[in-house]
Amino acid sequence: MNTADQYLKAVYLAQSLEDGPASTGMLAEMLEVSPASVNEMIGKLEQRGLVDHEKYKGTRLTDEGLERAHHALQTYCIIERFLANVLEVERFREEARAIESVIDDTVAERLDTIIDRRPECPDCFDAEADRCVFLEAPGGE
Amino acid sequence: MSLGQRVSTDQQLTRLLQIAVVLEEVVESRAAHHLDSLPESERAEVDEEVEELLAEAGVESADHRERLEALIEELDAETVPYDEINDLVAARYGPPADTDGVLYDQLCSEETAYKFYDDLIEAIEASEVSFGVDRERVLRTLREIREEEREGAEEVTELMDRRA
Repeated sequence: MNTADQYLKAVYLAQSLEDGPASTGMLAEMLEVSPASVNEMIGKLEQRGLVDHEKYKGTRLTDEGLERAHHALQTYCIIERFLANVLEVERFREEARAIESVIDDTVAERLDTIIDRRPECPDCFDAEADRCVFLEAPGGE
Repeated sequence: MSLGQRVSTDQQLTRLLQIAVVLEEVVESRAAHHLDSLPESERAEVDEEVEELLAEAGVESADHRERLEALIEELDAETVPYDEINDLVAARYGPPADTDGVLYDQLCSEETAYKFYDDLIEAIEASEVSFGVDRERVLRTLREIREEEREGAEEVTELMDRRA
């Protein structure tokens, strides 16, 4: 998943957590980068029509950005579910975050052929818990 | 969240190599299922070239798997046994409509594997850390396998062109 898609996914999740525009501070925390880096990337995404940014208020996804964020979150759900259910990784959330940048959409689609993902994915992703609400984790987490 | 492609821990490397093994197992299993899924009438029509290509793909994936497993073993980890992945493939397998569909699926497999190895190599090259397994050996193995995946994709494309 490329950096732009990781940002769009973070904006989507932050919007959901904050029930409004995503603040730069929350995005910086989620992405583990500086606020200056967030502002720079948000500026680029805005130029591409993927987000709307309002100073002091925050960032919102445009319709096109929302579509891409959905897709990125689906890819992330596939990685989490694959780690939890196929490789039986207990710390699947932490590890999914560590490898998501190396997993391309096409690779995730292939992994998706051997996991059971809900049709409502990614709407069943719980932003606070950072996982799908239906995911049965190894070790009964 | 980890921004930018970079592999900097044994754990990351292990998981990504385990994913590579599963991708190879999926290729091997799907190639076997494709042959079995064709109805008798169509199976007779499948020319030798297609049958040979699928059989070779299975053998090549098994070989890649073994080379990756050797690296994973040195990292003190295990891989998911082929039978388990084969069962997961079987549970959700939908056969392509015809031989062209089989070849298209095979091409997707080869291209996906190539893309994965390409990204993985780039992510390892982006960091300078040492791993629990010799870094150069990992890169050499992955580059060799990537090259074979590229050749595999070319073979499928050529066969598809000849049949068109």
